Amino acid sequence: MAAGPPIADAEGEPPRLRMRGVHKRFGATQALGGVDLAVRGGEIYALVGENGAGKSTLMKVLSGAVRPDRGQMWLDGQPYAPRNPLDARRSGVAMIYQELSLAPHLSVMENILLGIEPSLGPLIRWGETRRRAQQALAEVGLLDVPPEIEVRRLSIARQQMVEIARAVAVECRVLVLDEPTSSLTQRDITNLFALIRRLKAKRLAIVYISHFLEEVEQISDRLTILRDGKTTGGGNTAEMTVDEIVALMVGREVEDLYPRSPRSPGEVVLDVASLAGVEKPSSASLVLRRGEVLGIAGLVGAGRTELMRAVFGLDAVLSGTVKVGSYVGPASPAARWRQSAGMVSEDRKNEGLATRLSIADNVTLARLGGLGPWRFVLPSRQAAACRPWIEKIPIKCLAPHQRVESLSGGNQQKVALARLLHADVDVLLLDEPTRGIDVGSKVQVYRLIDELAVGDELAGRKPRAVLMISSYLPELLGVCDRVAVMCRGRLGEARPVGDWDEHRLMLAATGQEQEP
Amino acid sequence: MNDRSAPAQSPPPAGKPAIWQSGWFNTLSRFAALVGVFLFFALLVEDGKFYTLRNLENILRQSSVYATAALGMTLVIIAAGIDLSVGSIIALCVVMIAWVLNLHYHTGGGQTQEVYLIQHWPVLLPILAVLVAVAAGVLAGMCNGAAIVGLRLVPFIVTLGSMGIFRGLAKGIAGERDIYPPEETWITTIMDPTLSSSDPAQRWMLLPPGVWILLVSALAAAALLRYTRLGRHIFAVGSNEETARLCGVPVGRTKIIVYTLAGFFAGLAGLMQFSFISGIGQPTTAIAYELFVIAAVVIGGGSLMGGEGSILGSVIGALVITILYMGGQQMGWAKWFQEMVIGAIIIGAVALDQIRHRRIARG
Repeated sequence: MAAGPPIADAEGEPPRLRMRGVHKRFGATQALGGVDLAVRGGEIYALVGENGAGKSTLMKVLSGAVRPDRGQMWLDGQPYAPRNPLDARRSGVAMIYQELSLAPHLSVMENILLGIEPSLGPLIRWGETRRRAQQALAEVGLLDVPPEIEVRRLSIARQQMVEIARAVAVECRVLVLDEPTSSLTQRDITNLFALIRRLKAKRLAIVYISHFLEEVEQISDRLTILRDGKTTGGGNTAEMTVDEIVALMVGREVEDLYPRSPRSPGEVVLDVASLAGVEKPSSASLVLRRGEVLGIAGLVGAGRTELMRAVFGLDAVLSGTVKVGSYVGPASPAARWRQSAGMVSEDRKNEGLATRLSIADNVTLARLGGLGPWRFVLPSRQAAACRPWIEKIPIKCLAPHQRVESLSGGNQQKVALARLLHADVDVLLLDEPTRGIDVGSKVQVYRLIDELAVGDELAGRKPRAVLMISSYLPELLGVCDRVAVMCRGRLGEARPVGDWDEHRLMLAATGQEQEP
Repeated sequence: MNDRSAPAQSPPPAGKPAIWQSGWFNTLSRFAALVGVFLFFALLVEDGKFYTLRNLENILRQSSVYATAALGMTLVIIAAGIDLSVGSIIALCVVMIAWVLNLHYHTGGGQTQEVYLIQHWPVLLPILAVLVAVAAGVLAGMCNGAAIVGLRLVPFIVTLGSMGIFRGLAKGIAGERDIYPPEETWITTIMDPTLSSSDPAQRWMLLPPGVWILLVSALAAAALLRYTRLGRHIFAVGSNEETARLCGVPVGRTKIIVYTLAGFFAGLAGLMQFSFISGIGQPTTAIAYELFVIAAVVIGGGSLMGGEGSILGSVIGALVITILYMGGQQMGWAKWFQEMVIGAIIIGAVALDQIRHRRIARG
C-alpha cells in the first residue's frame, strides 16, 4: 500500500471500496495521476478538491463511464472493473450527481427502477415496480410521495431524495454523492444528513464530494484531498482544521479567505421601496449605497432571486418603486444596463452565459458599442476589450476566443462577472456568485467584489455598489457590510454584519426570530 | 434548480395532481377539440352533407394514412427526435408494391411474358409485394436510426437528407414515372368504403381493412409505450438522455428501434396510400406528408423537446387535420385559405399546451 490515509483494519475485513494507483489521461491532460483510496463500510468518506482536481473523473471511473488507463479497484476484496454504468449499478456502486439526473417526465417509481425494471420478457411488471419503489422510498423516508407522480412535480429536495432512493433500490454497497447540497435549503440539508447517517448505520460505504468544507467537517469521518489528479493528503476529519484542508486543496496557504478593505459608503444608487412581484416578493425595501456590499440571506424559495429579477426588470412588478441612480420606475433589462446596473444570474448554464459562444462574446454582450466603427463589432476589438479582465480577475483560459463551455465552473463564473466589469456598471446585482465553484476561484471572486466596492482612486475608478444573494452564510458574513434576511417573500431590515452570526441568520431565515 | 422552480419553503402537495393536470383530462380536452372541429363543419356544411355515413367513412379512410404514420412519429418525437423522411418512405413503399406486382410480368422483345418462380402461385404475389414494401420501410427507418446513432448526427439533419435519398430511390426504381400494375389486386381495395359501399357484400367488415390495420397498430403501439421496458426506455431517452445512459438504458439501441418502428409504420401507411391512389406506383405521392404527420403528433400533445406524447392523442390529431382539410374542401374554401387555417390551428394548439405546461411548472 503506497500513499493515502492508513487503513486500520482491526477486524481484518477488507475495505468496502479500494482504489490503488488509478491513472487516467485525456489527450494532453493528466486527469488522474495515481489516486489511492480506501473506504470502509459504515463510513462517510469525504473527497475534497478544487474544480479540475479530478473529482469528476474519479466519479466517472467509479461509475464505469470511463475506464482508467492504469490502476486497480476492489469492492469488498473482489476486483472491480465496471464496463459501463449499468454494470457499476449492478455491482452496487451508486452515484448521486450534482446535476439532478432524473427523467422529469417519468413517474417516481419508473425513475427509481430505470434500467432495471422488473419485467416479464418485454413487459414491465407494474405491481412489482410499485412495490420495490415504495420500499426504496420508505428507506429514504419519503413516505408521502406517491410512486405514480411525475418527478417534475416534486421540489428539488424531494427529487434528490428520489435519486437516493434509486441508489438504495439496487441495494448499493457504495454510495457516491457529488455536491449533494448545492441547491438545497438548510432544512433539506439537515434531512439529507440524517438520511446519510442512517445509510451509514446500514454499513454502506459513502463517498461524499463537496466544496463546502463546513459540511465535510460536519458529516464525514475521514477525508482525502485531491489536487491535480493526485491525492495530496487526508486523514481523520476530526483531526484536521479547515485551514489545513484548504491549504492542501489549493497548494498554498490561504491567508485570508475573505479579503475586506476599509470601505466608505457614498450616495444611494439603488433604492427599492415596498416592492412586490406577482407571487414573490410580497414586500421588499432596501437602500444600496455606492461603496458597500449588501447581502441578502434566506432559504431557497424565500423570494430572493425573484426580488433581484424584479429589480432588474426580468419579472413583473406589481407595486412599489425601484430607483436606480436617478431613474425611477420599472424598466426592461436593456434599460437597466443603460442605467448602469448589471446582473449575474444564479443559473450560470441556462441564464448567465451563452456557453457555446466565446469568452469575448460573453464578456462584451451587454455593451457592444465602441467595438468597431459605426454599428460594426470587430472580433479583434472584442478580444482586446476582454483581455484586461482575463488578466486582472484572472480567468484561466487559452485565448479570448475560447468557448465558455470548455472552461471550469469557476472560470465561467468569472466570465459572467467580467461582463459587468466590461459594461462598467455602478450597481452589481449578484445572485449566488460563488455557487458551485472551487475555493480558489471563490477567493478570487471575493477579492474582486472587495476591489469593486472600494474603488481605485489612482486609476480613477469610483467605488461600486454590490447587492449579493448567497445561501452560503460564512461568505455573506465575510464579504458584506450589511446583510438583510428574506423570509417567505418579505425582506427584513438590513443590519450591519457585526449584528449577525450564522445562528441568527438561520433563525431569521426560517422565520423563527424577527429581530437579531 | 433555481429559486423559482424550487419553492422549498412550501413544497408542493405531494398528493394527486389537480384534475386538469392529469393525463385523462389532457386526452379528454383533445377529444373535445376533435368534437368541436367536427361540430363546426357539421353545422356549417349545407344539407348535413358533412355527417353522412359516406363522409364519416371518408374522414376515417383519409386520416388513416396520416394516423398510421403518426404512430411511428409519436415514438420518434417522445424520444426527442424527428423524422422528416416519412413522406418519402411512404412513396418508396408505394413504388415497391407496384414494382413487385410487375415482377410477375416481364416485358421484352415486344411481348409480355410471365417469368419467375411466382408464376405458379400468383396468389402469393400481392403478399410478397406487401412484405417487400413493409421491409423497405423498416430498412429505411433502420438506416435513419443507424445514421443518427452511428454518426452521432442530429435527427433533423439525417432525416432531412434521407427524405431526399428515399424520394430519389423511389423515383429511380419507378424510372421517374408511375408504375401501373398489370391487374388489380386486393391491396388496392384495402381502403375501399365498406358500410357506405354500394356492394352489400362489403359491409360485414364494418370498417375498411386499412382502418382496422390502423386500430390494431395503434393498440399495439400504445401497449408498447405503456407496458414494455422498451416503451418506458423511449420516454426515458426523450426525457433525459444522459440519465437514461447513466441508468444503463441502451440509448443507441432504443433510438435505432424507434426509427425502425417509424419506418415500419410508414410502410403500413404506404400500403394504405397505394390503395388510396387506386393502386398506382406513383413516386411523387405523399409529398409533404411528414408535415401533416408531425402536426398530428404535436396537436395530439407530443412535445418536440421529448418525453411527451400519446398514441391516442396523435390519432386524434390526425383526425383533426383530416376534418379541417375535408371540411374546408366541402365548405368551398380556397386552398390557400385552407392551408392558412390548418397552419394557424397547429400554432394555436401548441400555444395552448405551453400555457398549460407553465401552470404545471408553477405547481
